[in-house]
Amino acid sequence: MSIEVRIPTILRPYTKDQKTVSAEGATLSAVISHLDSQYAGIGERLLENGSLRRFINVYINDEDVRFLGGLEAPVKAGDSVTILPAVAGG
Amino acid sequence: MSLTISRAIVNAILEQSRAEYPDECCGVILGPAGSNSPVRLKPMVNAAHSPTFYEFDPKDLLALYREVDDRDEEIVVIYHSHTETEAYPSRTDIAYAGEPGAHYVLVSTRKEIAPATEFRSYRIIDGVVTEESVDITD
Repeated sequence: MSIEVRIPTILRPYTKDQKTVSAEGATLSAVISHLDSQYAGIGERLLENGSLRRFINVYINDEDVRFLGGLEAPVKAGDSVTILPAVAGG
Repeated sequence: MSLTISRAIVNAILEQSRAEYPDECCGVILGPAGSNSPVRLKPMVNAAHSPTFYEFDPKDLLALYREVDDRDEEIVVIYHSHTETEAYPSRTDIAYAGEPGAHYVLVSTRKEIAPATEFRSYRIIDGVVTEESVDITD
């Protein structure tokens, strides 16, 4: 079983407009690599210098990955990963 | 391009911006999916509690998107206030703008123009800001 990843509107041009895609991996980092291998370029929109971008929020199930170990957060089959752009500004 | 919005919602946002002064206030207006019609005002907490920055709490953000999905709605408007500057997107606003389908509304409550206020709407797509007209209905 794979991991369901929910893609925000702004990144759907990478996923041929699909709202939900599936990926595999034991950590968030591996899931993002797998996503990028299927949808080239999406990884760069999520990562910067090896870290999650400041204005991207990622959740595993209901939890913000910042509290789960960030990119090293463990992911298992059946989990749902949600990506959302921060709503913020000055 | 334009934004059509009710006077009651405009007034509620202006009231919120005064109530939360000197911090910036923020929120969204939701509408049925695909309608482009802002009918349900949902003020959000500015987790930054700052006069120069606003941010939805990440937990609130996830709950918001879940709610929008469950109710078959869309985020029609994302709004925030500028307390000391004009109602025009700042560089930070442009850098963070992540909803290409939303109207970005800015209100200004700066003293220089009081008691008048500004209520302006923009599209922000790939770093490009386009102002649009605002039609306020009674």
